[in-house]
Amino acid sequence: MSDPMAEIRASFFIECEELLEALQDGLTAMDGGDDDAETINICFRAVHSMKGGAGAFGLEQLVRFAHRYETVMDEVRAGRLSPDRDAMMLFFRAADVLSDIVRASRDGTEVDQSETEAVLTQLESLAGGALDEEEEEEVTDFQPMTLSFDLDSPPAPTEDTPWTIRFTPHKALFASGNEPQHLLRALSALGEAETVCEQDRIPTLDALDPEDALLSWTITLDSTKSESEIREVFDFVDGICDLEVSGGGGGGGGFALPALDDIPSTIDDGAPAEEAPAPNIAASPPRITLSAPTDETMASDSAAPAPSSAAAPATAPATPTPATPTPVTPTPDAAPAKVETSKPAKPSGQAGGQATASQSKATVRVDLDRIDRLVNLVGELVINQAMLSQSVQEADIPSNSPVSQGLEEFMQLTRDIQDSVMMIRAQPVKSLFQRMSRIVREASAAVNKRTRLVTEGEATEVDKTVIERLADPLTHMIRNAVDHGLESSADRVAAGKSEEGTVTLTAVHRSGRVVIEVSDDGGGINRPKVREIAESKGLIAEGISLSDSEIDNLLFLPGFSTAKEVSDLSGRGVGMDVVRSAIQELGGRISITSEPGVGTCFSISLPLTLAVLDGMVVRSGGETMVVPLGSIVETLSLQDNEIRSVGPGANVLHIRNSFVPLLDLAVALGFREPLESYDGSVVLLITQEDGTRSALVVDSIEEQRQVVIKGLQESYGHVPGIAAATILGDGQVALILDPVDLMSTVAGKKPGAGPSLELAG
Amino acid sequence: MTERSIKDNEIGELELLSFKVGEQEYSVDIMLVREIRGWTRATPLPHSEQYVRGVINLRGAVLPIIDLACRLGLGATQTTERNVIIVVQIHDQSIGLLVDAVSDIISIPRNELQTPPEIATDASNSFVQALTVVEGRMLRVIDLDAVYPTREGHAA
Repeated sequence: MSDPMAEIRASFFIECEELLEALQDGLTAMDGGDDDAETINICFRAVHSMKGGAGAFGLEQLVRFAHRYETVMDEVRAGRLSPDRDAMMLFFRAADVLSDIVRASRDGTEVDQSETEAVLTQLESLAGGALDEEEEEEVTDFQPMTLSFDLDSPPAPTEDTPWTIRFTPHKALFASGNEPQHLLRALSALGEAETVCEQDRIPTLDALDPEDALLSWTITLDSTKSESEIREVFDFVDGICDLEVSGGGGGGGGFALPALDDIPSTIDDGAPAEEAPAPNIAASPPRITLSAPTDETMASDSAAPAPSSAAAPATAPATPTPATPTPVTPTPDAAPAKVETSKPAKPSGQAGGQATASQSKATVRVDLDRIDRLVNLVGELVINQAMLSQSVQEADIPSNSPVSQGLEEFMQLTRDIQDSVMMIRAQPVKSLFQRMSRIVREASAAVNKRTRLVTEGEATEVDKTVIERLADPLTHMIRNAVDHGLESSADRVAAGKSEEGTVTLTAVHRSGRVVIEVSDDGGGINRPKVREIAESKGLIAEGISLSDSEIDNLLFLPGFSTAKEVSDLSGRGVGMDVVRSAIQELGGRISITSEPGVGTCFSISLPLTLAVLDGMVVRSGGETMVVPLGSIVETLSLQDNEIRSVGPGANVLHIRNSFVPLLDLAVALGFREPLESYDGSVVLLITQEDGTRSALVVDSIEEQRQVVIKGLQESYGHVPGIAAATILGDGQVALILDPVDLMSTVAGKKPGAGPSLELAG
Repeated sequence: MTERSIKDNEIGELELLSFKVGEQEYSVDIMLVREIRGWTRATPLPHSEQYVRGVINLRGAVLPIIDLACRLGLGATQTTERNVIIVVQIHDQSIGLLVDAVSDIISIPRNELQTPPEIATDASNSFVQALTVVEGRMLRVIDLDAVYPTREGHAA
C-alpha cells in the first residue's frame, strides 16, 4: 500500500475513534433518558460514517457489522423501535464490539468472532422483521412503484408545494458502502414521499456493467422541512451522487442539476435549451416538471429557488442524457464543483441538527513529538531564564534598573508560556472515563451484577501521559469496585438499596492537582475480615491494634486479596499494591475511605503534568537536591535531645509523642559519613501514601520552586532513591529525590517502583 | 557500532581523535564524537560505579560522565580546569568521557589497524578494540561499547 493511502487510512481510524466517542456519548445520553431524535441521529450517523469509510478501505467485517448496527438504529430513529433497557445494553455492547473491530482492523489483528456473532444475532432479533423487510424492499422497491402512484395524489393542497428531489447515485456511492435505501427511507421520514425509480439508463444485458450505478430516483416529498434539512439527509453521500432539490415553499417545481462537469462549455450557447428536455425523464410522473419538454425560461425559473446554482440551468444536460452511463461516473472535476454547490445548504443543516456543534471547536491534530519538542524547549527557556536572573543578581544590578524590570516581565512571560505549553499536552479525561464505562459493563456482566457508572468532571484536563498511564490502574480499581465493592443484587435488596449498584467516577482539579475518585455504593470494607485475612496471610502480627484507616490501608499490601474465591475478573494476583505503585510512579497518591453499608471511595491525587514539579531545593553533604514538595508535610530544625538512638546507626526523631525514623540524606546517598551531632540541622518530615512518616535530615533549605523534570532513565538508568534530575539556575544538574523509594531502599526493602519504571528512551 | 562504522568506511581511511588518559594515548573514531568541552563540575550520582563521575548539564540534557582513566583501571582522574570532556554517541545515547587532554586528529589507513594481542594482563586491554602505530607511538582505539556501563546493572 502506498504511503498516501496509509495516511488516509490512519486518519480514517483517528476519525473512527472520534466517531466511537460520539457514539458513546449519544448512547449514554439515550440511556440517561434523552430520547431526542437528534441524539439517536448522532449515533446513527457515527455508525454510518464508519461504515462509509470502512467500505472505502474494504474493511468487510467492519462494514458488515456497522451495517447491521445501523439498520437497527435506523429502526429506532424512525420510531419503529423504542429501546428498552436491554436494547440499550445491547447497543452499548455493539458499540464495544464495533470499537474492537475498528481497532482490530487498524492493527490487522483478529477480533473475537463469537462475541461479534452473538451481538449480531441479538441485533438482528431486536430488529425483528425489519431486516427481512429490508431485503424484500430492495428487490421490490423499483418496479411496481414506478408509475402508479403519482396521479392519485396531485399536488396536495397543503400550504406548501411538495419538494422534488432527484437523486442519482454515482458508482462511488455504492463503492463506499452507502445504501440509497437508507437515504430514501430517511427522506420518507421527513414527510409523505413518493419515490419513483428511473431505470432508463440500464442498457441491454450484454452491455451492462454490473458495478455501475445506473439507477436514479425522483422523490416527491410533501414536507414542511426546509431545503437544508432535506439536503442534510444526503450529507454522507455528498460528492458521490447528483442531487437536486427543488420546489417546496417557493413553488418552483423546476430543477437544479448539480453535475457541474461541463458548465463552461455550455453556459453560453443555446445547447442547454436543446438538450434539457431529457427524454428519459419524460417517462417519469407528470408532477415532476422535468418531464415536460422545458425551455430556457423554465430552466432559469428553476434556478431561483436553488441557492448557489446560477449555473444550474447550464448543467441540466449533464445528468439526464441517458444514452451512456459515462456522465454518472464522477470525474475529478465534478467532485470539487459539487462541494461548492452544496455548501450553502450544509452548514445550516449541521447547525440545525447537531447538538454537538458547540463541542466541535476548531482543532488541529499535531504530532505528539512536536509538542514534546516544544515542551522541552520551553523547559530550556525556563532554565535559561533562571540562569539569567541569577547572573543579574550576582552583577549587583539595582532592582529598579530597566534590566531588572525587563527581566521581571520576561519571567512572567516564561511562566505564561510554560503554562500554555503544558496546556497543549493536557487532555480531558473523557476518553479515559469512556473506556471505564465499558469496563463496568463487562465487569458487571461477568459477575452478574447490575451496575451503573456515573461519571463527573469528564472535561477535567490532565497531561496526556498521565491519562495513558492511568488507564491500567483505573481499570483495576473499577473492576474491584464492581467485583468486591458492590454487593450482589440480592444482598443489596436485602439492605434496602436499589438493585442496581452505582460506581461513580469523578475528576476534579484541586489545588494544582487533579483528584480522581472511584467510589461505589456497596457494603464498604469489611474490616474484621480484612484484618483476619491479613493476619492469616502473615501480613500483620496478630492482635496488633489498628485504626480503621490502617486496616483499610492493608488492602494496599502486596499479596492481599479479599475475594473468597478467585473470580475471573479480579484476583489475578494483581492487587491494589500494583495500583498504588503505578499511581506513585506518576507522582500521585492514593487513599481510601470506607463506611460500612454505605460504600468505599478510592481517591487518587495526581500532578497535572509530569514535566514540571514543585520542589524544595535543599543542600545536603555539599550537594544541591530537590525534594518533591508534595511529599513534605513539615519542616523543622533539629535539636540533639530530640534524637533517640534505637540501635547502632539507627535513630528516631521524637516528635509530638511519636517516633519517626530519622535518616541523614547525605549518608543515605553515600555522600558523607554520619555526623557527630545533628544539632541545628533541618529536618523534612516526609509522609508516604500509607501514612507512615519519616524524617530526612538535610543541611539547609535553599528555596522552593518549580523545576523542570529531566529524566535520568534515558541517559543513565534508574538510581535508587532518585526520581529524576533537573537543571538549576546556575546550570548545575540537581537530583530530584524519590523519598518513598529512598526510604524503602534504606530500609533494605525492595525498591517498589524501580524495576517497573519504563525506560522513556 | 564502533566496529561497524570502522568497517563501513569504504575509502579505507579512518579518522581518529586521539587523547591522553593518564600517561597513555587512546583514540576514538571521530565519527562518534559529538563535541569536546571543558570540564565542569559534575553532580555525583549516589550508589553509582566509581568511574561514573556524575551528570552534567549539556544544553539542557542530562549527560552522564565516565572517568575514562578510572574505567581503564588507571586510577581516578584528579580533575582540573584543563581536563576535557569528549561527548560521544553510542547506541543513540550521548555520554561524556572525562580525559586529560585531546591531542590530535589522525588519518590512518584501515589496514594498518591490528587486533590487540591476547594478553589478558592489563585491565585496560579489554577496552581496546584495535592498535595502530603512529609516528612510532602505539595508539589504542577504544571500544566504546565496553566502556559504557551495562544498563542492566542500573536497572534496579
